[in-house]
Amino acid sequence: MNTIKHFIKSFLFWELLQGLAVTGKYLFAKKITIQYPEEKTPMSPRFRGLHALRRYANGEERCIACKLCEAVCPALAITIDSEEREDGTRRTTRYDIDLFKCIYCGFCEEACPVDSIVETHIFEYHFEEAGTQIMTKEKLLEIGDKYEQEIAANKQADAAYR
Amino acid sequence: MTITDFLFFAFAGATIMAALGVVSSKNPVHSALFLVLTFFSASAIWLMLEAEFLAITLVLVYVGAVMVLFLFVVMMLDINIAKMREGFVSYLPVGALFAFMMLAVMVYVVGPVGPDVMGTAALDNAVKHGPEYSNTEALGEILYTDYVLAFEIAAVILLVAIIAAISLTLRRRPATKYQTPANQIKVKRNDRLKIIKSDAEVLK
Amino acid sequence: MGLDVWNWFPADAQTLLLILGKIILILIPLMLCVAYITYAERKIIGYMQIRIGPNRVGPRGWLQPIADAMKLMFKEVIIPTKSDKFLFLIAPVLSIMPALAAWAVIPFDRGMVLTDVNAGLLYILALTSIGVYGVIIAGWASNSKYAILSSLRVGAQIVAYEIAMGFALVGVLMASGSLNMSDIVEGQAGGISSWYIWPLLPLFFVYFISGVAETNRAPFDVAEGESEIVAGFHVEYSGMAFAVFFLAEYANIILISSLTALLFLGGWLSPFEGMVDAGHWLGETSLFWFFAKACFFAFCFLWFRATFPRYRYDQIMRLGWKVFIPVTIVWLFVEAVMVVAEVGPWAV
Repeated sequence: MNTIKHFIKSFLFWELLQGLAVTGKYLFAKKITIQYPEEKTPMSPRFRGLHALRRYANGEERCIACKLCEAVCPALAITIDSEEREDGTRRTTRYDIDLFKCIYCGFCEEACPVDSIVETHIFEYHFEEAGTQIMTKEKLLEIGDKYEQEIAANKQADAAYR
Repeated sequence: MTITDFLFFAFAGATIMAALGVVSSKNPVHSALFLVLTFFSASAIWLMLEAEFLAITLVLVYVGAVMVLFLFVVMMLDINIAKMREGFVSYLPVGALFAFMMLAVMVYVVGPVGPDVMGTAALDNAVKHGPEYSNTEALGEILYTDYVLAFEIAAVILLVAIIAAISLTLRRRPATKYQTPANQIKVKRNDRLKIIKSDAEVLK
Repeated sequence: MGLDVWNWFPADAQTLLLILGKIILILIPLMLCVAYITYAERKIIGYMQIRIGPNRVGPRGWLQPIADAMKLMFKEVIIPTKSDKFLFLIAPVLSIMPALAAWAVIPFDRGMVLTDVNAGLLYILALTSIGVYGVIIAGWASNSKYAILSSLRVGAQIVAYEIAMGFALVGVLMASGSLNMSDIVEGQAGGISSWYIWPLLPLFFVYFISGVAETNRAPFDVAEGESEIVAGFHVEYSGMAFAVFFLAEYANIILISSLTALLFLGGWLSPFEGMVDAGHWLGETSLFWFFAKACFFAFCFLWFRATFPRYRYDQIMRLGWKVFIPVTIVWLFVEAVMVVAEVGPWAV
């Protein structure tokens, strides 16, 4: 009986028609494509993109050159030099992140005791010349200044879960 | 010279050049491809003789099937071309002798001298047919009436040859492992997979 | 003025020019169809995968095929060092030549055909059978292992399916009693019920599936087999040489679709013949019906590609030799009995 059923089914292309019905149905389904440059997917506040160094509201840089981020970085992408400033505080003289080495794991952000180094939501960037992939302290502070409001908002949104 | 004459000489020239290529080219794949070209231009000449059925069948059978299998075999060969060329000169006299003999026989049978065995003399005033004439129909009518016995015998001989070839190559080798697609596609999910209901359990 | 120039040519040259003109009239729309079926393929498969496909070049992506063609034209054709250069370059030509030459006998509408030869069906069979040379030669001349593996697969596959295809065409031949394409179509006059698809239903399926196999399309695309042999026979080709293979594949798809429409669905004949009032456009024979039927089959090619996974090679061979050929032979026998008993739509 089963053999006859199988025979009839295979000569009626039953399983093939079932398959065609599925694809045929999806031909008219609503398309889920996001048209990227014009449309964008929603982004988590935890998104790990380009790095930034933040400042306090009074303009003082947050980084205290504790080098925890340098130590935790699994890709050895961060290089820090530090000296004592005139007012007796310890500050970085050099804070470089090599973005070719960086794997965007976010450990630096986790390790930072003063919420200084953060990863922003910026992911659309490129380098046109060799050497420009090194993010220096100036560049990182500049990004931090520019996007401070968004960074603060994202931190605020995520704070409850940390 | 009309277009027809021009086409005839073009195709005849191509046939001869390709035939020479078959015997003279170093690489057997090239030889096989030259043979394809020979068949092709020969079929073009047949087409000009209003034998379109034969011409197309020549392409269909020889070019489309037989030569493909030929090429198959020749492509797989790993041959030393330099070694193949050895002895070309020493075999040349014998080869040339046989070629000349074959040419002589062909001229004797179909050429202007000798007895007109094939009835080629009658071809000089052969009737030119219009576009309505179907060579296929004419062939079929002769083949299935006057020559039906010979035709059927040829068919039976070919059938016997097919069966013989299959029975020669078909041997059971118990050591070889092979798959049977028929059985494989018959398998249903329930033959292989059993879904068991089990209650969730907490390990202590 | 124009007519005077025309008459100034000798008679032979006039015929030649007329034929050349007709060839161009067939080739240009055909090439456009080929270009746009690549676009249709990407769009339709995209839609079936809930994507929207190419939509960036020109309005809704309509210029995508033009952009692709431009890109391929300006790309370098790389010839492998140890390849057979002459055969390597002639292989793409050999593969597109039969795909285009077959259009010489395809009638688009009543009397709208380049050459209305008596042995049209045979001619098409012969031409589709030599299409395999392009692939085989490409595989061998590339001097590449993947390419030769693919050409061996193609050779065996095409020879196997050609037999089933030929037998299916014998069925059409028995039904129509003619090898002339126009006569075959006219033999199906009388509305949808007198098309050959109904009495020859098994042959229709065998023919169309064999057609898919002959063109090396999914699910019979072991010749390309991206996952095992990279791209198969055209793995060493780039630029325009690759583009020609690509064109040949799509020209063959359109050819098989048109042939199926002509041989089994009555080509340019209307399905509503005799059902609507005489003179109504639905009942008239027109180019539109031929085009619509061919488009449906071309759509099926794309639909199959979006749906079916690739066949395993031994299953392809089993289907060709052990299923299709027996099915066609049995149905030919049934048909012969029907013809002798004078049952069915055909009058002998």
